[in-house]
Amino acid sequence: MAASSSVSSPSSSKPFVLNDNLKAVLVFLLSLGLFLLFWEVGANAKWFAKGMPTASKTLEELWWWTTNPFFDNGPNDLGIGWNLLISLRRVAIGYTAASLIAVPLGILIGMSKVASKAFNPYVQLLKPISPLAWLPLGLYIFRDSEKTGVFIIMISSIWPTLVNTAFGVANVSDDYLKVSKTLGASRLRTIFKVIIPAALPNIVSGLRISMGIAWLVIVAAEMLLGSGLGYFIWNEWNNLYIPNILVAIFIIGMVGLMLDQIFAYLENLVSFGRS
Amino acid sequence: MHTVSNPAIPTSMEAPIGVQLSLRQVSKVFPGKRGFLNRKSSSDFVAIDEISLDVEHNTFVTIIGPSGCGKSTLLNIIGGLSEATTGTVTMDNRPIIGPGPDRGMVFQNYALMPWMTVADNIKFAVETVYPKLSTAQLNQIVSENIQLVDLNGSERKHPHELSGGMRQRVGIARALAINPKVLLMDEPFGALDALTRGYLQEEIERIWEQHRKTVIMITHSIDEALLLSDKIVMMTRGPAAKIDQILDVPFPRPRDRNSVEHHPEYDALRTEMEAHLYRETRYVEQSRI
Ligand SMILES: Nc1ncnc2c1ncn2[C@@H]1O[C@H](COP(=O)(O)OP(=O)(O)OP(=O)(O)O)[C@@H](O)[C@H]1O
Ligand SMILES: [Mg+2]
Repeated sequence: MAASSSVSSPSSSKPFVLNDNLKAVLVFLLSLGLFLLFWEVGANAKWFAKGMPTASKTLEELWWWTTNPFFDNGPNDLGIGWNLLISLRRVAIGYTAASLIAVPLGILIGMSKVASKAFNPYVQLLKPISPLAWLPLGLYIFRDSEKTGVFIIMISSIWPTLVNTAFGVANVSDDYLKVSKTLGASRLRTIFKVIIPAALPNIVSGLRISMGIAWLVIVAAEMLLGSGLGYFIWNEWNNLYIPNILVAIFIIGMVGLMLDQIFAYLENLVSFGRS
Repeated sequence: MHTVSNPAIPTSMEAPIGVQLSLRQVSKVFPGKRGFLNRKSSSDFVAIDEISLDVEHNTFVTIIGPSGCGKSTLLNIIGGLSEATTGTVTMDNRPIIGPGPDRGMVFQNYALMPWMTVADNIKFAVETVYPKLSTAQLNQIVSENIQLVDLNGSERKHPHELSGGMRQRVGIARALAINPKVLLMDEPFGALDALTRGYLQEEIERIWEQHRKTVIMITHSIDEALLLSDKIVMMTRGPAAKIDQILDVPFPRPRDRNSVEHHPEYDALRTEMEAHLYRETRYVEQSRI
């Protein structure tokens, strides 16, 4: 009886149908709740390291820092908003410089076999170097923490964009080039109207990876630089105040997520049905 | 007339009166791969061998032949995308040395730029070929050609939003928009389902009645060739493919599928083509065993 009625009208017998998104949100909220509960109970019962803050204490701090982002009581007591802006500014400058080099160079390398072979050794050698290895060199050359930070961002975020751009340009579909050729398009017109737009999805995904790396690197580099989110963490470590470290970690993650989402949106914008 | 009575000195490039496109003993040899140590690790491959063909103005020519015989190779040489190893190709008595907008090409996989809208794809072609046109003239040409292939209302769509048949109409509009002297089509309907294919064939017939351009089209379909062509060039199997025979298709125009199929010569032509294709394909398949 019940079975037959549910077959005839499955939706009306169940007025509240869970779709997948709603399920996912529920699972997410449930797991978050369980996690916070486990944390709260565990911290109170001293299951973790000594002095580990409770979830409620940490959330309280998070609330305080995010509602008071901009205050300035000297370099060791700076609102997290200021620190965030300092980090973002360094990333913006270094990353923009890196992109301005990587995209044109990538296009050149992608189009010319000679350039590709000639520059490949540099790329292969420099790409795997840890960004922090450049730090002493940067400090020595620039004698300035600000410039060094920007330099490190630049040198570490250049490679994914460069490699992806070169790959995209080198692999532009032969069909598009044939069309351009049969129309008698000039070299320049082919580059700007065909090759670059065709390679754009690869270029943007390179830029996305580079942005991810820039954001990873800035926090590490700033621990040694005296300002920014990285320094904030370092400073709180010196104060041995763990809740603020957790707050900073959370904010770094959120900002990284937002930056990534911007590029995900851009990727979608230039894909036009290609994946 | 495809095999010219061997002009020993091929200096007389002058094609007969009325001939627009002329191929003289065109061969294409794909060089074998040369190994690093052994001088030759695979031998040269002769795809087409001394093909001569004259195409008169405003004729619709289809090329048909077993798979892999060298039809695309031949069309790419005419299109200037690939160079003949030996022999000459002339158009209006001028040798073809590279690609050019006097020949419009339609590709099997459409080759539309995915980041451009339908209108922009066509505009890109027109703008490239006629850079001096005013924006108004440009837009005029674009909309005329969109109209021609019946794509009104889809101007602002991107190719991925269109069906295969619609994409190929854009491909045809793009090729026609530059007003080429010759239209070259390599299996333009090869990627389409049977119904769309039949519909587009009729569209091509309709468009061709409006603009009687010289067309060279490759196809695998006997019915398609019979519906559309004035002449059907049948190629032998490769390697070293040649022209086996050229059929004249006498059906009156304008044509439609029904009238063509009831023409008294239809069955004879069809049988002849089937026999040819069957024979050539059988050899190809047998040689693979
Ligand atoms: N770039 C190339 N290098 C070497 N061999 C090639 C090359 N292009 C084509 N060939 C060979 O030349 C022959 C003819 O190729 P072509 O593409 O012209 O055939 P086709 O008649 O168009 O075939 P299909 O009907 O399958 O499209 C084939 O055997 C192919 O393997
Ligand atoms: Mg082919």
